[in-house]
Amino acid sequence: MPRIGVFVCQCGNNIAATVDTKKVAEEMAQLPAVVHVTDYKFMCSSPGQDMLKKAIKEHRLDSVIVSACSPHMHEKTFRKASEAAGINPFKCEITNIREQCSWVHHDRTKKTGTRKSIDLTRMTIERLKRNKPLSTIKIPVKKKALVIGGGIAGIQAALDIADGGREVILVEKEPSIGGNMARLSETFPTMDCSQCILTPKMVEAELNERITLHTYSEVESVDGYIGNFTVKIRKKARYVIEELCTGCGECIEKCPFSAQSSFEMGLSKRKVIYTPFPQSVPNIPVIDAPNCTKIQKDKCGVCAIVCGPKCIDFKQEDRFVTEEVGAIIVATGYELMPNERFGEYGYGRIRDVISGMQFERLASSSGPTGGEIRRPSDGKAPESVVFIQCVGSRDEKKGVAYCSKVCCMYTAKHTMLYRHKVKHGKAYVFYMDIRSGGKRYEEFVRRAIEHDGAMYLRGRVSRVYERNGKVVVQGADTLSASQVEIEADMVVLATAIVARQGADTLAQRLGIGYDKYKFYNEYHPKLRPVETVTAGIFLAGACIGPADIPDSVAQGSAAASKALGLLSADELQREPVVAKVNEATCNACWDCLTACPYSAIERHGLKNRKGTVVRMVAMVNEGVCQGCGVCVAACRSKSIDLNGYTDEQVFAAINAF
Amino acid sequence: MKIPYYPGCTLNTVAKGFDESARESSALLGIEFDELKNWNCCGATFPLSPDNLIALSAPAKVLSNARKQGDTLTTLCSVCYNVLKRTNKVIKGDKVRRGVINGFMGDDYDGGVSILHFLEVLRDMVGFDAVKKAVKNPLKGIKAGAYYGCMLLRPFEDAGIDDAEEPRVLEDLLSAIGLEPVRFPLRIECCGAHLAVNKEDIVLRLSGNVLSSAVNSGAELIVTSCPLCQYNLEKSQARLVSEMPGYAGVPIVYFTQVLGLALGQDIARLGFDRNKWDISPVLKGKGILA
Repeated sequence: MPRIGVFVCQCGNNIAATVDTKKVAEEMAQLPAVVHVTDYKFMCSSPGQDMLKKAIKEHRLDSVIVSACSPHMHEKTFRKASEAAGINPFKCEITNIREQCSWVHHDRTKKTGTRKSIDLTRMTIERLKRNKPLSTIKIPVKKKALVIGGGIAGIQAALDIADGGREVILVEKEPSIGGNMARLSETFPTMDCSQCILTPKMVEAELNERITLHTYSEVESVDGYIGNFTVKIRKKARYVIEELCTGCGECIEKCPFSAQSSFEMGLSKRKVIYTPFPQSVPNIPVIDAPNCTKIQKDKCGVCAIVCGPKCIDFKQEDRFVTEEVGAIIVATGYELMPNERFGEYGYGRIRDVISGMQFERLASSSGPTGGEIRRPSDGKAPESVVFIQCVGSRDEKKGVAYCSKVCCMYTAKHTMLYRHKVKHGKAYVFYMDIRSGGKRYEEFVRRAIEHDGAMYLRGRVSRVYERNGKVVVQGADTLSASQVEIEADMVVLATAIVARQGADTLAQRLGIGYDKYKFYNEYHPKLRPVETVTAGIFLAGACIGPADIPDSVAQGSAAASKALGLLSADELQREPVVAKVNEATCNACWDCLTACPYSAIERHGLKNRKGTVVRMVAMVNEGVCQGCGVCVAACRSKSIDLNGYTDEQVFAAINAF
Repeated sequence: MKIPYYPGCTLNTVAKGFDESARESSALLGIEFDELKNWNCCGATFPLSPDNLIALSAPAKVLSNARKQGDTLTTLCSVCYNVLKRTNKVIKGDKVRRGVINGFMGDDYDGGVSILHFLEVLRDMVGFDAVKKAVKNPLKGIKAGAYYGCMLLRPFEDAGIDDAEEPRVLEDLLSAIGLEPVRFPLRIECCGAHLAVNKEDIVLRLSGNVLSSAVNSGAELIVTSCPLCQYNLEKSQARLVSEMPGYAGVPIVYFTQVLGLALGQDIARLGFDRNKWDISPVLKGKGILA
């Protein structure tokens, strides 16, 4: 006969207001196997815990029940206390008589609440009687991390993990790391040059011996679980042998063909064999295969002829690399919503209507105009520029409902850059609200308005069209309640930030959640902002939602510290509430295999003494199993049970009701 | 093909040319207008306040009558189209307001009629390719500005027959009949509409902007689908002609008139004589009319 102790908590008045805890305890004392009962004001307090420990020793209890709040709150507390008093922690169970009882019943006579508490506790007793002692599961950890995305958030995460002493694999889709930040001219609010602060970090990432770079590569598949992920990486054909290339650039110089540069947002052309920008890391070119006449028609091949180390390989194919890692950080960043969706602004139809990112390239000293503001149509310095904010942002009808967060700031920055470079130029901004929350952000916007003389007009633009070589902007100025028409030389659209194309596919590959805009979901938006619900996978940067550089860097560091914490232990511990297969009765129908949402069940061969496989059975991977119980319900031969919640325990509890 | 047709008051009076030319040209495309029996005015405005249900009773009566004649109802006038389509959406989608309207009218109309603009019939049922094939007298070499105004496009969710910002249905039709469409910037701006009644100066200004935008873009002809737009543009053009020496004005015609002409109908039967600006000099200039 087990020796059970029952402890009923009053939780101040939280429980005691509608439950007669003393009565509950007394009722429980009547049951066989219950050898000790008590009720107390706060079981979770130190005296409460001491009371539990003392009772276990004094009454030689082998299992205890605490009828109190939800197990989410204090299960750990009481199991620890039980363990300290010398019993298996899984012989301690919680009955939830607060969230599921006292808080939902308002009967001040305490009749309802008391009766329900008695029933619930009795059910737990029956379950507890059949509890088996369990021990925590230990999983080995691969002490390496994978970072997906080589923008500023991913670079920061990789550097921090490497500095913490662990190895990192950094995977980047483009030929160079750097991400969107590499495109920016100057950065708010300090106006330091983006490349100048980014490139040292890029180089650091390249030179750090603990970081392995895979550029022009994508994550193909992810298997495994926390501490033990197996990642397959596709290294896209570069047509340049990375190991041999010295980065001399001869091939680029001699290549006779050009194509649109996606790095320059279509504002200029680059060679068909190229590096996206001069400071690319690694400094190894890529052949743009669809535009290469050698690859397409077997004509040309100049690059191979001029290449000293003979590293051009037109026959190169995609290669696959498999890496085993313990933690994954996703930092895939953002892109801009297609501007063509907004016909009223004329993007794509009027050449002098450009996006904010294109303006960044115009203002960048390494951009197509060498940092001079010149409009795309005729290369003339614009005498007046209209900036339109919230193009797609805060627009549920045609765009997205959320605020893209960085546009107010970069538009203010654009007006400053423009006014500094074109001294007599006029800058107009159409805005909805100025959102400049952040350290020194509001002061920055005021400087743009008061010192640099940007003309801010509160209202929306209805139409943009060409007239005599000018771009006419019609809009409303709601503060003066008038319609305005501005003849500008150029228009810049502050387009909404959206999740990357394919963000959903990657999320499905990783098994992490995403919202309706395909931004990745945090475990908890406030309290666990860089974790996902999938253990071992972390997030950083604008793949979570629009973020500026400081936010992205902070998140990169935060995710790195989470990953380092995980990689610091030799073994991971986890709760033993997992499914167990009875190999004797499993008839290998594999229903459990299809039912399991976590891919935790594998086919396992039972071997005889000679080592030959005689029968296949299902086997649960304890590292992956989340203890949801779906396989238990699916199993036709009743061969699977859930530790701590076996059929026997559950039925006993139901029968006790 | 026989289609139930609602002319509306304007097409029976000042815009008779629109009605006549539509009947003539559709006949050449094998479409017969089955005029709604016993029709009344659509009310000519969709009420701004959602509880002004009395203003919906007139269009509701038209719709309920149309139900007896078929599943669709085609209009030519942009305003009628807009009012009928939006009223129908209210009746179809809003159980409460449908109950009040039907209760008041002593009716049981359920919103089952789909309202079509004749441009939709041409685009979706006939097809512009078929129109192009039927053309006998292509209006080659004439630059025409298609003017949409508001009612065909807005509000987009309720009444738009095409993209609200970048429409192309009229241009596509004009291309099919050989004209050279000019996409002028203000082609979807308002002409001033009903302000013609009490604030004429606003109409003259707005329509004047539309006209100069079209003419400056090279339009030799303006094509519209709305009698009120046509009226306001002509009125405004009269003022411009009197104020600007050297400006003689351009013809402002309905799309059905140029359609009929291209399909080979006799110019005399297309109601051109009701337009203030004669189209024949333009046609003669391009050698289309002898």
